[in-house]
Amino acid sequence: MNTAAIHEREDYLNVSHGLKSWLLTKDHKRIGLLYLATITLFFFLGGLFATVIRIELLTPGGGLVSSETYNKLFTMHGVTMIFFFLIPSIPAVLGNFFLPMMIGARDLAFPRINLISWYLLVIGGLFALFAMLAGGVDTGWTFYTPYSTTYSNTWVIATALGIFVAGFSSILTGLNFIVTIHTMRAPGLTWFRMPLFVWAHYATSLIQVLGTPVLAVTIVLVLCERVFHIGIFDPALGGDPVLFQHLFWFYSHPAVYIMILPAMGVVSELVSTFSRKAIFGYRVVAFSSVAIAVLGFLVWGHHMFVSGQSVFAGMAFSFLSYFVAIPSAIKVFNWTATLYKGSISWETPMLYAFGFIGLFTIGGLTGLFVAALGIDVHVTDTYFVVAHFHYIMVGGAIMAYLGGLHYWWPKMTGRMYPEGWAKLSALVIFLGFNLTFFPQFILGYLGMPRRYHTYPEEFQVLHVLSTAGASVLAVGYAIPMIYFAWSLKYGAMAGTNPWGASGLEWKTPSPPPLHNFDTTPVVTHDAYDYSTVVGEAVEIG
Amino acid sequence: MSEHIDSIRTYTLVLLALLVLTAVTTLVAFVDLGEFSVVVALAIAVCKMLLVALFFMHVRHSTKLTKLVVLGGLLWLAILLMLTLSDFTTRGWIGVPGR
Amino acid sequence: MASEAQAHAETAALRVQFDTEAQQKDASTLGMWIFLITEVMFFGGMFTAYTVYRRAYSDAFAVASSSLNVTIGAINTAVLLFSSFTMVMAVRASQLGQRRMIVLFLVLTLIFGGMFLGVKAYEWNEKFEQHHVPGPSFHMEGVAQQGHAQLFFSLYFAMTGLHAAHMVIGVGLLSWLIWMANKGKFTAEYNTPVDIAGLYWHFVDVIWIFLFPLLYLIDRHLPK
Repeated sequence: MNTAAIHEREDYLNVSHGLKSWLLTKDHKRIGLLYLATITLFFFLGGLFATVIRIELLTPGGGLVSSETYNKLFTMHGVTMIFFFLIPSIPAVLGNFFLPMMIGARDLAFPRINLISWYLLVIGGLFALFAMLAGGVDTGWTFYTPYSTTYSNTWVIATALGIFVAGFSSILTGLNFIVTIHTMRAPGLTWFRMPLFVWAHYATSLIQVLGTPVLAVTIVLVLCERVFHIGIFDPALGGDPVLFQHLFWFYSHPAVYIMILPAMGVVSELVSTFSRKAIFGYRVVAFSSVAIAVLGFLVWGHHMFVSGQSVFAGMAFSFLSYFVAIPSAIKVFNWTATLYKGSISWETPMLYAFGFIGLFTIGGLTGLFVAALGIDVHVTDTYFVVAHFHYIMVGGAIMAYLGGLHYWWPKMTGRMYPEGWAKLSALVIFLGFNLTFFPQFILGYLGMPRRYHTYPEEFQVLHVLSTAGASVLAVGYAIPMIYFAWSLKYGAMAGTNPWGASGLEWKTPSPPPLHNFDTTPVVTHDAYDYSTVVGEAVEIG
Repeated sequence: MSEHIDSIRTYTLVLLALLVLTAVTTLVAFVDLGEFSVVVALAIAVCKMLLVALFFMHVRHSTKLTKLVVLGGLLWLAILLMLTLSDFTTRGWIGVPGR
Repeated sequence: MASEAQAHAETAALRVQFDTEAQQKDASTLGMWIFLITEVMFFGGMFTAYTVYRRAYSDAFAVASSSLNVTIGAINTAVLLFSSFTMVMAVRASQLGQRRMIVLFLVLTLIFGGMFLGVKAYEWNEKFEQHHVPGPSFHMEGVAQQGHAQLFFSLYFAMTGLHAAHMVIGVGLLSWLIWMANKGKFTAEYNTPVDIAGLYWHFVDVIWIFLFPLLYLIDRHLPK
């Protein structure tokens, strides 16, 4: 194999060099990689906070940190992981890189706005980082009023500004994706021939543009109150903290669908490729993505069952919450049906897809528990809820993200990762994850509150198990960091289509040329059509 | 791509209508219509919005997609308002003290 | 089989990622409309807060509202409506490729926008002098619940402030457009920036169309 020939071919990575060519790039692929670097750093930071939390929780009396510090730790863990890792993750890395390619376009509709989106995330992150280094913020990631507006003596303003700025990163990405999908599909690529990854990102983008602005204006109001002392949520003036919660959760509930829908899009791609079969019920899955986005806006009050919200509204939100589970369940059924009589292969991305399906299902089912008013009164603000959302966001979203990274790594870099180590770390992550979070369901059921660092002795065993799991999980996350970096120099060269996958991105070289395609492809068949796909053997050595 | 170019007359008439509606809403505010006052004020505002959107923003000549986007935005605002108010207007409906 | 569209040299009217100028214009227009929807939701949060509090504290809100100068408010509303008129005339001129008319109408729009902001500054100053600015020195005559009246003014300043910030951005956009138009950058074939800036300007006007009755015209019929 002629390595020299590969290096002579011009691709998006070698077409230009130097810091400016990266920091001023308009190439969606480079921007995807800029995001990859950024969110990986934030993942480490968020993981650092989680590590201290889990160490603190090893003993019932606390002792490692004070209560005030503990409040800051879980706040900053949540803020970092949600706003600076999960929300951007799949859309900003994999969506940016592959959405244009999947629809046969040369770039997104607005490349410069795409770059601005990245800078906004970085700037927002710097604000938040400053807040953390200067002393931290202790309001919880949900920064409920009046604590956040009046009583907290921590860096609320800096953190809120950071989230505000990062929110616009999210809004602009969503806007870019929607316009791109509407106006830049290649000839022949009708809506129902698009990969489900694209549908998932379309639905996600709808949420981003419709929901995030409400969070933004809520932050503005909190900032006005904190900076100018004009009370909007101040009970002393007649202000209503429950109003804050309505405005906050109007975004923050759909936000969880921003985190999971792209993951589901990835899983659709993985399940199809590694069973070498079209996704069962393509249209239903596509519509389910949009349904989740729409229904997700109608249920936010289920975060407010004990807030003082009216019982009537509580009942209405509970009732609606059951509906949003339906399209999610439909997707799980469809993936399962796709596997049936498929030609299944067990490469690493497929392991992550399986992990997602199982863990997301558990997380989703426990969502039904907390959607029930009666149960929620008992488990709200306990570790049951913590376990529920970590099953979905970590067991679900992060697994899908890793699966997608592995799947598309050869396309992005032209290199294969080492399959043996990858399979091992997938397994370690799966085991570590379950050991970390399953005990938390039990803890919550038994009454262990969230955001507390001291607890009754009888909970210690479960906490120790959870912390042990967290250390395994940390190892599991560390291994891919190492071998992905290793693969850039020493990984086997990847061909155009190492997985034998369908999709336009697999019809262009690895790494792709600057403008993705030499000429705009014309699409003549449905997504996941394997009749015309020829896979390649991966070249080793 | 052919563009529909509206006449100066059209725009002027719309402006006049907007100015008249502004005067009307201001004067009507001084008339006691009870609960109906806010309805009238909002109805007039909606009419003015429609005039600006349809004529000045060219929505009446726009694609179906644009119209869908506009409607979607308004619908989402309605969801925010209605569902939030669904809490505040139903306090005390069910016989749980304080809720 | 592939189509002929490929990467080409870039111009303002045809960026490299687009295949045709029509495609670019469609994308730009859709992009601006989606941005305006985000703005609807952005202001919508404040309108929601306003609605909740007005329902709860209707008496205090009525008294507070009546302290605003309705004549000035109505005149300012008219000013903004005139600015929307001149803006759409500027767009029309750009569709006809009339360079000097584009500049003229954009300048008029800018002037009207500036007038609006000037009047707003005057109004805010008046509120400051009357001690109607929320904070320790707030005091409103004729209202038992000072807190509730203060909430009205918190929303008044937040909403008109946010609106004014958008006007300022609009003024900045207009200035840039005037400069570009003067250099002859806009033709009948390429006038997208004027078009989409117009959409933004009209949107900011629509926000004021709602702010005026909601802030200035609450129960004006009630005796003072």
